[in-house]
Amino acid sequence: MESIDILKSQDHSSGRLLKDKLVLGAVIVLSLITISPIILIIWKLVVEGYRQISLDFLIENTPDTFEAMTAVANGELIPGGIANGIVGTLLMVILASALAIPIGILTGIYLYENQGSFMANITRDISDILQGVPSIVLGLISYLWIVKHITMGFSALAGSVSLAIMMLPMIVRSTEETLKMIPESLKEAALALGVPYHKVILRVLIPTGFSGLITGILLGISRILGETAPLMLTALGSSMINLDMTKPTSAIPLLIWEFYNDPNMVGLIWSSSLLLMAMILVLNLVSKQIVAKRR
Amino acid sequence: MTTNTIAEVKNPILSLNDLSIAYDKNYAVKNVSVEIKKNTVTAIMGPSGCGKSTLLRALNRMHELYENITTEGEALLNGKNIYEMPAIKLRRHMGMVFQRPNPFPTMSIYDNVIAGYKLNGIRTKKVERDEIVERSLRDVALWDEVKDSLFKKGTFLSGGQQQRLCIARALAFSPEVILMDEPTSALDPIATAKIEDLLVKLKEHYTIVLVTHNMSQAARISDYSLFMYLGELVEYGKTKNMFTNPIDPRTEEYLTGKFG
Ligand SMILES: Nc1ncnc2c1ncn2[C@@H]1O[C@H](COP(=O)(O)OP(=O)(O)O)[C@@H](O)[C@H]1O
Ligand SMILES: [Mg+2]
Repeated sequence: MESIDILKSQDHSSGRLLKDKLVLGAVIVLSLITISPIILIIWKLVVEGYRQISLDFLIENTPDTFEAMTAVANGELIPGGIANGIVGTLLMVILASALAIPIGILTGIYLYENQGSFMANITRDISDILQGVPSIVLGLISYLWIVKHITMGFSALAGSVSLAIMMLPMIVRSTEETLKMIPESLKEAALALGVPYHKVILRVLIPTGFSGLITGILLGISRILGETAPLMLTALGSSMINLDMTKPTSAIPLLIWEFYNDPNMVGLIWSSSLLLMAMILVLNLVSKQIVAKRR
Repeated sequence: MTTNTIAEVKNPILSLNDLSIAYDKNYAVKNVSVEIKKNTVTAIMGPSGCGKSTLLRALNRMHELYENITTEGEALLNGKNIYEMPAIKLRRHMGMVFQRPNPFPTMSIYDNVIAGYKLNGIRTKKVERDEIVERSLRDVALWDEVKDSLFKKGTFLSGGQQQRLCIARALAFSPEVILMDEPTSALDPIATAKIEDLLVKLKEHYTIVLVTHNMSQAARISDYSLFMYLGELVEYGKTKNMFTNPIDPRTEEYLTGKFG
């Protein structure tokens, strides 16, 4: 009896070995399927876009369609660059961050401090709903608030506000989650030293959760960097560098959309997308680095 | 309430008069009256759940973190009602050490010791700070072990070293009383022995109130002991007397290991 049992169990274990191999194979294939789109995208962008990338591409405004047409007809590179888009994107992302980060962090702290209170639950629900609102709808809201009533026309401010609303719930969430991960014992340690509550938050909880907060912020920024739809309804676009918050402004994703619609400019799509992807990739790597360092 | 108390303590540093503490309507500490003598180690013993931590945390008002808590009766520090002074001020006179070492993970060893000053924004000169850090670390016999790595993170230390660092952090303010809630229960026997030696030395300058569920620890290092059961103070007296000649049958049962 016993020997048969042993045989059986050996049989079982060699079967398990095969199963392990199959699972490993499946995991490898599935991960390849997962990463192949991103590799293919980057490959395509590099191959098609690298020729357009130069200093001019970073510091010149977009060419007009006639210049581009001539260049394309002569088989030359399209002149000019996307400086108006780069500056517009930076301007709007910085303003959006300046709005969303403080409000988001304060709200996150409020939610953390008032777990279970009625107002906190409502606030958290609204924030979650906001996260699910399609970005074009946020663009519409900003259009109604800012474009129609404040800047009386398309503007960088309106674009920033729509991006800030998009970013806000992400910051709220990441702040609350980060603070919840910090052990209660640290809070107690500080309170037991006679530290007033607000200083415990500012000087212990926030520094301890710093990497979590930064990661949330960087991911929020990389999320809004590529947003196009809300900007179409708010910032509109501009062929020149604009630093006036009340005037229409370009952005890299807006330019990509414009290039797509202009047969003469199609050559610029790849290099612009490449730049955008590179910016997002760098932000992601930086946030990964911060997390790794802090651990 | 029949409480077997020792003869009056002269000039007690802490006096509790009929102190009761309830979570919602459930009393976790019932009518405790005790006078704690300066420069002693006083142990609070009793089975798990009998209210030791609740009582200890009421002494530096950390219990106020729980919103459902109510406190009745009074507690006096040097004759002054602790519930009538600002909690922040009180806590600077009543250091606290917790069950698990909890150094601030973002801070160096040096900054951990001086954290009470830094976090409170109390300005000190660098020489003063250096002096406080060295004195506090020497007090907990950690100075020689860490003097060359003061600017490394406190979390790199071993568990026992971290706990001594936390004691140093509490000492930096020169508090009058140090409250400790099972400070060695997360440590190995060697680290525990070091801390016990330390407490005996520290009582020269400080008054220590130590919660422990380790009877032999209480017997080894405490001068006075409180035995609590179901929120009540059953017996209070010189540790030696209580261990050799307990008055209340419940104390005797606990000390002989019949329950708890
Ligand atoms: N935050 C709390 N809320 C409600 N009840 C609590 C809380 N903390 C402790 N208690 C209750 O109070 C009693 C005493 O607990 P505690 O002081 O932690 O005991 P000990 O430290 O002696 O183990 C227990 O019955 C426990 O369930
Ligand atoms: Mg306890």
